[in-house]
Parts: sequence; structure tokens; C-alpha cells
Amino acid sequence: MSSLDPRVNRLDFKKATDGEVHTNSHLITWEVFHQDKRGKQAVHVGIVHASTPEMALILAKEQYARRGKTTNLWVAKTSDVYTFSTHDEDIFETTPEKTFRDPAFYKVRDRIEKFQNRNKVTI
Amino acid sequence: MYGSTNLSEEDARRMNTTVEDPEKLEAFEARIARGEKIEPQDWMPVEYRKQLIRMIEQHAHSEIVGALPEGTWITRAPNFRRKLALIAKVQDEVGHGQLLYSAAETLGKTREEMMNDLLSGKSKYSNVFNYPANTWADIAVIGFLVDGAAIVNQTINSKGSYGPYCRALERICYEESFHLKQGHDNVVYLATGTKHQRAILQDAINRWYRPLLHFFGPPDVQSAHSEKLMKWKVKLASNDDMRNQFLDMYVPKILELDITFPDPNLKKNEDGIWEFSDPDWDEFKRVINGDGPCNAERIAVRKFAEEAGRWVRQALMNPSEKYQVPLA
Repeated sequence: MSSLDPRVNRLDFKKATDGEVHTNSHLITWEVFHQDKRGKQAVHVGIVHASTPEMALILAKEQYARRGKTTNLWVAKTSDVYTFSTHDEDIFETTPEKTFRDPAFYKVRDRIEKFQNRNKVTI
Repeated sequence: MYGSTNLSEEDARRMNTTVEDPEKLEAFEARIARGEKIEPQDWMPVEYRKQLIRMIEQHAHSEIVGALPEGTWITRAPNFRRKLALIAKVQDEVGHGQLLYSAAETLGKTREEMMNDLLSGKSKYSNVFNYPANTWADIAVIGFLVDGAAIVNQTINSKGSYGPYCRALERICYEESFHLKQGHDNVVYLATGTKHQRAILQDAINRWYRPLLHFFGPPDVQSAHSEKLMKWKVKLASNDDMRNQFLDMYVPKILELDITFPDPNLKKNEDGIWEFSDPDWDEFKRVINGDGPCNAERIAVRKFAEEAGRWVRQALMNPSEKYQVPLA
């Protein structure tokens, strides 16, 4: 084969006849968390395939820290991460209704003003 | 760099005949209609999963095969700054391939299965990468116009319904804006340079013009349609609409450099639609089916990489670890 690419011309293609990925070559996946600044939270950004945590960190650096700011990366085996089933999404449904957990729910100014008018309170 | 939403006729037929649980289908379609994303653990129609795998996988293959024509010129970049930019771009493309393989994996097809389908020819990649990068000007044109075309496609697809694919595309589009800018910079330097630099740029534009028109796939009148893919937000714009958007954005940016396109019929009509000569759709089909200038080389290089690297992967394997489908 004559290629425009000098690197391709240096390959000995005769040595490669069996171009199939053997199915036993699955490396496990690791979930990657990226922390951009010191003091900020690490945020899930994706996965890498690796056999060890050290290899996962190196690949995570190449994949998720190529540009911009990075302070640290975390990796965790996919099989070690537990989640709710998406079918259980409804267990969180009523949370936004719990306005009593919201500081904006507590409004007292009107009551204070009514009280002051009624009792002629001046400061 | 590319995502194909073109259906084969057989796929289109099956799309319309597969029967799904009506209740689940209704909830699924209602979720998409509300603008919510579908996540890997959700119920989804068989054909939705299948078409997404096909599309994301092809996109992933395009990224890694796309790195090959550009990689051709890393050793001969004209200066250190251009070499750094090209290495960074090629590394990005391979990284994008990894992100996309991951997104497809969440749908249940392993990365190794996808790689095997690429090597056996069962799975396709974008046609543009079966053309050679003859000169340095090809690198400029690929960086500017092929990436420009890809960004049109990917920006549209990132509004789709499948969460992991959208997330991958958002990251990809962000990084590819650098590819586009450095490609434009490269094109402008050649266009405003010596006579010879202008000549190789013009020659590259002449050769890439038709593959670029082919990029978005056959005209709408010729391609198999599926209303379902639109409804399910797997396909978000027609081939012709995307092609028109691309021409609208990029033709003026070439013409302003006093570089021309090899088509006397290329013009925008009164309705804002770009008209052009038939870019030879038979050639497009021939090249997709293996008869392009570089198809054999691209696959041979990938096969070599798989085989030459096998002992490393085997040495790294830990057989006691069990593979599990990634979460997102």
C-alpha cells in the first residue's frame, strides 16, 4: 500500500491479518468526576475504560482535562456506583411542593405593618 | 465529527411495522414531546434504541477514522504552532470518538462489538474520510469546512432526545469550535499568502466541494423517511435543510477570499435556498460501498492498530473484573 502518510508507509501490514477485537478484551468502565476549581464540587463528566484506577486517572486526564481549568479528577468503578431506578423518579415529585423548607415562604412584613398601624407603633 | 441519520429502506420499513406496548410508548413519546431527555435506564422502543446505536456508532467511527487523513500531515506541518494545533485537533477527534462510543455503550452495544463492526465493514463512517489529504491546504479545508459541516449537524443533533448523546455532543461542539477557528485561520493565511499558497487552497476547495455536498447525505426526495425518527427527536432536521444551512454559513466565507467553487450553478435563490449542480450521487454511493480512494487504507490502518495493540490490552486485562454497562 502506498499512502500519502509516511507513518502508514512504515507499517508492516503483512503482520496484521487478523483485524478483529477479541471479545475478552473488555476493560471495565470508570465514572469520572471533574473538579474545576479548588473549593468547588466534583461533577460527573463521563466514563473511561481502564483496568486499574491509575490507568483510569491517566485516561480521564487525557479525555476530560484537555482544556480549561482542572484542580482534580476522581474516578469510581461503574459497578461501585449505586443509583435509584429511573422508574422511582416519582419519589422526588413532591419535594418542590415543600415550600415550608424555602426561606422565601416566610413573609412577615405585612403582618408587622398591620400590627404597627393597629397599635400606632412608631420607632 | 459527523452523525448520519439516514435510514436504509429496510430500516424505514421496520420502523413502521414494529409493534410496541402502547401504554409505554405513549409515556415515552409524551416525555419527548415535553422536551425531556431519555436516559439509559428508561424504557425505549426497540427501534429507537437500534437507530440511536447505529447513528452514534457511525458518528464515533467517523471521529476516529477522521483523525487519519488529518494525521497524515502532522509530520509535515509548516511550523511549530500549526503542528501543535493539528496534534491537539487530532487528539480531540479521537477523544470525541471515545465519548461517542461511551454514549452508544449505554444503549447496550459494547465498544469492542462496535470496533469489530467497523473493521468488518458492517458499520459505516462518514464518506468524507475516504478522500485523501493531498496537500497542507487540504488540512486547512478539512479543519474549516468539514468541521464546519460537522458542527452544523452536531449542534442540531445535540437538541435530540437521548441524554448521553446530547451531553457528548455538547462537549464535542464546544471543542470543535476551536477546530473551526484554527481551520479558518489556516485557510485565511493560505488565501492571503503567495500565489502558490492560493493555488493549493483553490485546488483543495475544488476537490472537497463535492464530498462536502455529499456530507449531509442524499437529497430529501431520495432518502428514506421516517416520521417516527423526527417525532422521537433522533433526527431533527432534513438533509437538505442542514446542507442549506451549511452553504449559507460558509460559502460567503470562501468567496470573500476571492477563492471560487468549481460549480457555475452554485447560487442562492430568492427564497434563500442554495442551488447547485448535481454533485454526482452515484459517486457518493460508490464510495460508501467501499470504492473510494482511501477506504482500503483507512480500514487497514485500523486493523493494524487493533492487532498490534492487542498484546497491550491483554496484558492490562483483569479477568476477575466483570464489565458492566456504564451509567450515563
